[in-house]
Amino acid sequence: MLGRTAAGLFWLARYLERAENTSRLAEAGFRMALTRADSDTEEWQSVITTAGCRESYLQKHETIRSDKILDFVLRDKENPNSVLCVLHAARENARMTRTALTREVWEAINDAWMSVRDALRRPVAERELPEVLSLVRRQGAQVRGAVTGTMLRNDIYNFMQVGTLVERADNTARILDTKYYVLLPSSSSIGSSLDNVQWEMILRSASAERSFYWLNGGTASPMAIADFLLFDARLPRSLAFCYDMITEYMSRMEAEYGASTSAHEMAIRQENRLTALNIARVFEEGLHEFLSGFMAQNAAFSAQIEADYRFNE
Amino acid sequence: MGEALQFFDEMDGFDGTVRAPYAAYSNWLQEMSRPALLKKSAEAQAFFRRTGITFNVYGEAEADERLIPFDLIPRIIGAGEWANLVRGIEQRVKAINAFLHDIYHRQEIIRAGRVPERLIRENAAFLPKMIGMDPPGGIYTHIVGVDLVRTGPNEFYVLEDNARTPSGVSYMLENRETMLKMFPELFSHIKVQPVQQYPTMLRRSLERCGPPAAGGKRPTVAVLTPGIHNSAYFEHAFLADQMGVELVEGHDLRVVDGRIAMRTTRGYEPVDVIYRRIDDDFLDPVNFRSDSLLGVAGIFDIYRAGGITIANAPGTGIADDKAIYSYMPEIVEFYTGQKPILQNVPTWRCAEKDALAYVLDHLEELVVKEVHGSGGYGMLVGPAASKAELKAFRTKLMAKPENYIAQPTLALSTVPVLTKAGLAPRHVDLRPFVLVSPDGVEVTPGGLTRVAMKKGSLVVNSSQGGGTKDTWVLKED
Repeated sequence: MLGRTAAGLFWLARYLERAENTSRLAEAGFRMALTRADSDTEEWQSVITTAGCRESYLQKHETIRSDKILDFVLRDKENPNSVLCVLHAARENARMTRTALTREVWEAINDAWMSVRDALRRPVAERELPEVLSLVRRQGAQVRGAVTGTMLRNDIYNFMQVGTLVERADNTARILDTKYYVLLPSSSSIGSSLDNVQWEMILRSASAERSFYWLNGGTASPMAIADFLLFDARLPRSLAFCYDMITEYMSRMEAEYGASTSAHEMAIRQENRLTALNIARVFEEGLHEFLSGFMAQNAAFSAQIEADYRFNE
Repeated sequence: MGEALQFFDEMDGFDGTVRAPYAAYSNWLQEMSRPALLKKSAEAQAFFRRTGITFNVYGEAEADERLIPFDLIPRIIGAGEWANLVRGIEQRVKAINAFLHDIYHRQEIIRAGRVPERLIRENAAFLPKMIGMDPPGGIYTHIVGVDLVRTGPNEFYVLEDNARTPSGVSYMLENRETMLKMFPELFSHIKVQPVQQYPTMLRRSLERCGPPAAGGKRPTVAVLTPGIHNSAYFEHAFLADQMGVELVEGHDLRVVDGRIAMRTTRGYEPVDVIYRRIDDDFLDPVNFRSDSLLGVAGIFDIYRAGGITIANAPGTGIADDKAIYSYMPEIVEFYTGQKPILQNVPTWRCAEKDALAYVLDHLEELVVKEVHGSGGYGMLVGPAASKAELKAFRTKLMAKPENYIAQPTLALSTVPVLTKAGLAPRHVDLRPFVLVSPDGVEVTPGGLTRVAMKKGSLVVNSSQGGGTKDTWVLKED
């Protein structure tokens, strides 16, 4: 496979995952706004912080306003991480790697782009928002389904899977890092309704609220939430799950290519680190420090894949 | 204005009687209701959009991907008519390859005084670096798209010989796929010759021309595209996909150990045959345009040393240059010893004083084209032009006459298209696709029928709003 094709597949997967993550964040923010009596700008701030576009938003807008933020993260062409821009980038990468994709996958991506672009042609009114956000996630699910159902399990598939998982691990770490202070034991109002709402937003942002409450019999604590999102390998958005699967796909790459890579070794180290740690240790040493460290290592892993498989000249 | 043109309709002839190749189809068509056809037509457009069969339009920033309108009334050619065309095309393509070999070697045709030396020497499409070079397999034009127009039952003219990188073959294939999906019952009772073998034949043709450096091994083929923003990108990806070969861009390639190699996830791997879809100028920033970001530095040197095959060969543009075109009857005769089977359109070379005078006198009757233009850009269709357009064009023409040729406005045949109001005749041309290898010349039965969707328009180019049709060649008459 061409190095450029591998790059296209990897980034195609990352962008698709990013589009979904951003719409999930917007959904969590929107729900917070609806369920809270006092209108608090803090939750909206955390949406743009987690989506990685706080700086660019503040350059364009002076105030934190829900409608402005939704517009910015969903459809602003000046925001390279808006759902619209990210899906466009995904489709451009799909066009570039067209010969590596099955017809079903290409059509699913093309369809995702066309329907979301049409839905985002105009600013989204509040009453249309749930439908638009669920459209983004439905389309993402359709692409994933086409990938799972029609693609050969070879390097093409592996690059896409690893791209998805790297992006997802980064996203989960960001969600936690943006809100790490509400999870700290020192937080003054433990068990207050404020915290409950905050925790729920964290879980919702990772589509993990139902499974969390189901596993924990309806009760929540900051440590249990952080433990779930970091270390529970059953949760498909946890860091443990992501690196569990990344090492799996990297070993398949090793088997297919008959050679190991530095990226593979990095992934194994990360998986071992996550297995050896526990939540008590993380809280002891500092959640924020742990998450910053993880995000840097995750980015370094992504860069190492690009180097090992000659994504660029 | 000259006398009004009379148009030949390929379904209804000159007199409204259904012609033989359309007999069976016409019966079927009469059973179909207009709403049913319009519904099928809408389905076809949706199918094209979903599968992303689009082309990019230069200079349209926002909606930069467009669908080429597809009309679902097929253009039908009888088996006998087709056999004649094939003979003519084979003769012409063989002559073109002989001409290219000669022009880049001994130049006998110039010595014989049949083509003026100036026309070659001063031609931008002539590539002095190709002099003395023998392309692998002796083939210059692996892929040719000969543009034909029809004016009567037995009158076909060659409009252009696209000998560089003819495009449109993906539409030939996808149009057929669409028709098979829409109207399976038609194909079970009308025997149409298949076109789907084209990608396999293309790959085989390219593999037959491997360079010396490939040794005896099966050559590795790749399609070279300028990238996703090129107007024909869909086709580049489509052909690579259908042939099962890599689709590469210039920056995927570099010279490694005297070969052209592509950067893969496992390292650099040599390529033997490149089907390039970029122009000569952009092929090699070392040997040609130094500002080219699309090509591969040094590829031409590797080519000369026998390390790679480039298809079509660099320098083939000299054979489809519009000024050379007017000499094609002489060229065919010179190399084949036979009279041309296919006619050339009479052409005035505006570089010549008498011709220019005639053209200026008859501008409102003529079609005037730029010598190096393509895609229907910068051309004048006299009978359709306004007074102001004629005046403006006259100024351009007088400023640079050597830039133009002129031809009579041909009475292009029509084929019905489906409109909201029912069937209506529209003008068409035909581009059959021709593969050339050491094994011979193969013409895929069918081709790309382009159709001017606007009533009365004679310009069929997709960049000017033209559409396409499936082209049927019948198995038997």
